[in-house]
Amino acid sequence: MSDETKKQRNGGDGIDRRGFLQCMAWVGTAVVWRMGSGGVLTSSVLGAGKPEEAAGDFCFAQISDSHIGFTKEPNKDVTATLQVAIDRLNRLKTRPELVLHTGDLTHLSRPAEFDTVDQMMRGAKGGPTFYVPGEHDVFTDDGRAYLDRYGKGTKGGGWYSFDHRGVHFVGLVNVMNLKAGGLGVLGGEQLRWLEDDLKGRGSSTPIVVFAHVPLWAVYPKWGWGTEDAAQAVSLLKRFGCVSVLNGHIHQVMQKVEGNVTFHTARSTAFPQPEPGTADSPGPLKSVPAGKLKSLLGLAQVNYRENGGSLAVVDSTLE
Amino acid sequence: MLRVVSISSPALAGATLLLAGLFAGCSKPLGGAENAPAPRPQPAVEAADAGERRVVVDNFRFDPPVLTVPPGTKVTWVNRDDVPHTATSSDSPPKFRSRAIDTDETFSHVFSQPGTYPYFCAVHPKMTATVVVK
Repeated sequence: MSDETKKQRNGGDGIDRRGFLQCMAWVGTAVVWRMGSGGVLTSSVLGAGKPEEAAGDFCFAQISDSHIGFTKEPNKDVTATLQVAIDRLNRLKTRPELVLHTGDLTHLSRPAEFDTVDQMMRGAKGGPTFYVPGEHDVFTDDGRAYLDRYGKGTKGGGWYSFDHRGVHFVGLVNVMNLKAGGLGVLGGEQLRWLEDDLKGRGSSTPIVVFAHVPLWAVYPKWGWGTEDAAQAVSLLKRFGCVSVLNGHIHQVMQKVEGNVTFHTARSTAFPQPEPGTADSPGPLKSVPAGKLKSLLGLAQVNYRENGGSLAVVDSTLE
Repeated sequence: MLRVVSISSPALAGATLLLAGLFAGCSKPLGGAENAPAPRPQPAVEAADAGERRVVVDNFRFDPPVLTVPPGTKVTWVNRDDVPHTATSSDSPPKFRSRAIDTDETFSHVFSQPGTYPYFCAVHPKMTATVVVK
């Protein structure tokens, strides 16, 4: 389909054509989302190398799905691409005050893979890194190796919360005790904990929830959703500004549901197909030479206290 | 160069969906049928004897989805995908449970007792299948 055809097909929706066409011409220099207090959503397409355009009171970064241990096409060196993401993060003008890793740190939960991730993330000049596990981090041993390393001070399967500069961060775990035929699951114990954790907090408190599997039904046929996410979202609805950051699907998607905004991040390891465009969610192997890094990435989140606005900038690795 | 797209409040939900679609469109040329699995050299797996049956894991499916065997049969799973899978009993507590079966690796379990044994992949729980022993 030509750009001109797209332009005609999407006419009348108020979108800046030049910005849109620039987006279509490239898969991912950077995209900024700003949630304004008046319910106005603003999107900006940035030129490559300028992800710091979205200013805010403070910023944090999201890295996801590093899959250290993966050695197949289209990326036989996932350590190198994670390093590119960390280098990029370290070059941001606004230094991130913390980093969230939203799971699948490793590919096979092996000790050496966890060691590599740990050592590499120590090189990120972005404050502490907070982790939640992906299914690849827990499937061989019910999460023992992951929890030995990252479980200190967490509850149950590794969930926890903390506050930073007035923003309440909640790390949820939806990859434990997966059932045959099912999706990601939070479970009753974690939902009760979440209810208790949020109790007594003012509805004006900005909330950032991070978990591996999307907390909305992206594509249940491929397991891209969380069975009991609606119960978690119902606990979050009373808050004025909620951002949910996920990984798992190795591509950027956004959804808004009332005051709750959902974002998924790119992987630093390999892209996966768009929902339903392939027989299975396996790695996209046929990435044209030189294009891999345009399909991998990291996200930078800028928070502005005045108005509680929050902007997610998804950057690719080239 | 900075390009700005502004969407006013009433159109918020629909416009967001539209944008999600547009971004999906951005990477279209890399998706679709091009992701079909490439032919792969056959792994060196020892020939199965009379008491062994094979389940091939390919393209996120167990094949055959239902395997019927006599008691005492050794069932061996072979993973032909580029990502790891498991063969994990769906029963609670699990009646058998593989480690990670990475590409071209195998896992075997001997089914001694008659019965129906549903199982799944603990990494991709949508993958389910059954061994019937009778």
